[in-house]
Amino acid sequence: MAFRDGPFENLKVPLVWTAAVAVVVAAVAAGFLLLTDNREDLTASGYSGARGTFDQAAAPVGKVLSAPVRWTGQGSDFIGQYFFAVRENRKLREQVAELESLRDANIALRNVNARYEALLKIRTEPAVPMATARAVSESRGPFVNARLIDAGTKAGVRVGNPVVNEHGLVGRVVGATTGVSRVLLVTDVASRTPVLIDRTDARAIMVGDGGGNPKIEFVRGHGAIKEGDRILTSGDGGVFPRGLPVGVAAKGIDGTWRVRLFSDRGAIDFVRILLFQDFSQLVNPQALNAPPLAALDAAPPPSPELTQRIQEVAPANRQPSAPAPVQAARPAVAAPTTAQPAAQRPAAQTPPRPATTSPTPAPAARKAAPPPATRKASPPARRPDGTPRRPVPYERLNPGGAP
Amino acid sequence: MRRGFQVRVVGPQDWILYPALLSLAAALVFSTPVRLFGLPLPEPIFPMVLAFAWPLIRPAVLAPITLFLCGLFLDLQWHGPMGLWSLVMLGVYGVVLSVRSLILGQQTFVLFAWYVGAVILAYAAAWLFVTMDVGAAPSLIGSALQVLATIALFPFANWLIERFDDGDVRFR
Repeated sequence: MAFRDGPFENLKVPLVWTAAVAVVVAAVAAGFLLLTDNREDLTASGYSGARGTFDQAAAPVGKVLSAPVRWTGQGSDFIGQYFFAVRENRKLREQVAELESLRDANIALRNVNARYEALLKIRTEPAVPMATARAVSESRGPFVNARLIDAGTKAGVRVGNPVVNEHGLVGRVVGATTGVSRVLLVTDVASRTPVLIDRTDARAIMVGDGGGNPKIEFVRGHGAIKEGDRILTSGDGGVFPRGLPVGVAAKGIDGTWRVRLFSDRGAIDFVRILLFQDFSQLVNPQALNAPPLAALDAAPPPSPELTQRIQEVAPANRQPSAPAPVQAARPAVAAPTTAQPAAQRPAAQTPPRPATTSPTPAPAARKAAPPPATRKASPPARRPDGTPRRPVPYERLNPGGAP
Repeated sequence: MRRGFQVRVVGPQDWILYPALLSLAAALVFSTPVRLFGLPLPEPIFPMVLAFAWPLIRPAVLAPITLFLCGLFLDLQWHGPMGLWSLVMLGVYGVVLSVRSLILGQQTFVLFAWYVGAVILAYAAAWLFVTMDVGAAPSLIGSALQVLATIALFPFANWLIERFDDGDVRFR
């Protein structure tokens, strides 16, 4: 009996089922790619070979495609300028009048500032070299805000370089190939920019959410920000240099503080890349990650006063009968000091910082800063003559009243 | 003398390849950094039209694979999380495929309602994926604007369905 004559004669795999299987297989592959993606790290490793290769191939295509659209844009600008010339002229006259007074003040301030710098011998920051590029494509959706620019490592561009236009901060380079670079805008949902409020010098973090106006979060201080405050980069973290203009503070419709970006005042077609290297690029990372105790060998010798105190304290620590009075004294000093010697701490435990974990020393003790070994030592339980010491009042240990 | 008709077979290139290439070309053009009259160009997800129309035209193995590649292209072009739009559009394709028998033969406004639902579902999924991936929530207003821009592409989806739904009588 031939196969076609059997019960499987009319057996056909339904197209819907084969399509469904294809959907499942492709979805699993897409899910795997999504899970292994590390774009949000904003490091060179997040800019994989596939992304770099694609960007290098897409840049010339984007240039060709954008040319006619750019001409159209220029045409619309020309029409707009023609019809709104009178209003623009009026606005420019007002700006010129305002800027003339600012110019005079600027000249005077620069003169005074130069004299101060000479008197105080301030080391001013060196000028940052720049590279100019043109944006060839962009993404401006809620999930990604990025641009492709036609300058790469050949022009000295590196991952992490800040990008500005003539008005203010635009973003930072997150991937660079020889001819093109990928810029993550400050409005991207993965962007975090350390900023300061110019009026109060308060620090904050500018967080992108895919909209046109990034949020300001973690503002330090009460009343540190108000409508119209100028926002600058703070330079914290070393990614951006301090003082780059970012925008103006404004209240959002959701009640959060947001930034009206200066860079939105014009088209971001031509940009400048600041070839700025932060400290993590300048310093050997291994030196930054060296254990901090390596520097203890180079500590200065103790002063005579400190030597005397060490000698006074050292025999008391060796006495075996010391622990009982120390235990009794702990509640009186609000238990801030740990009587455990440094050598007995677990290796992974970070030694506490004086300002946060130990009480403020008395004024007399503050003059001679004790070395770590003596700071961690417990107070002597008995006087040299054998009489037990009285617990030190908390107010004396903590005159400022800090908890 | 009567001349013979030339029969033209509607192949996968007609309803899969060319529309996919056109949608990617449109995505490229709309990603140019240009402002017209001070406004940036909208950024709809052009292949969403295909994810909605293809399962209604006919089920095929080639369509999900092409959607997967289109999604990867968008992720690379926009520097988005790799696999995001592939996963989202395959989800839309799968949902529409599963309710295909309910949608087929309905009037245009019913198709439009299904399309709006599919687009909203897609953006909700994308919003969730990005929030989990980045650890921060994207703007809802920005998402809503992009949803509107993608919904505005419904006439293309409708045209594609009307053009190719009856192209091959075997799938009626």
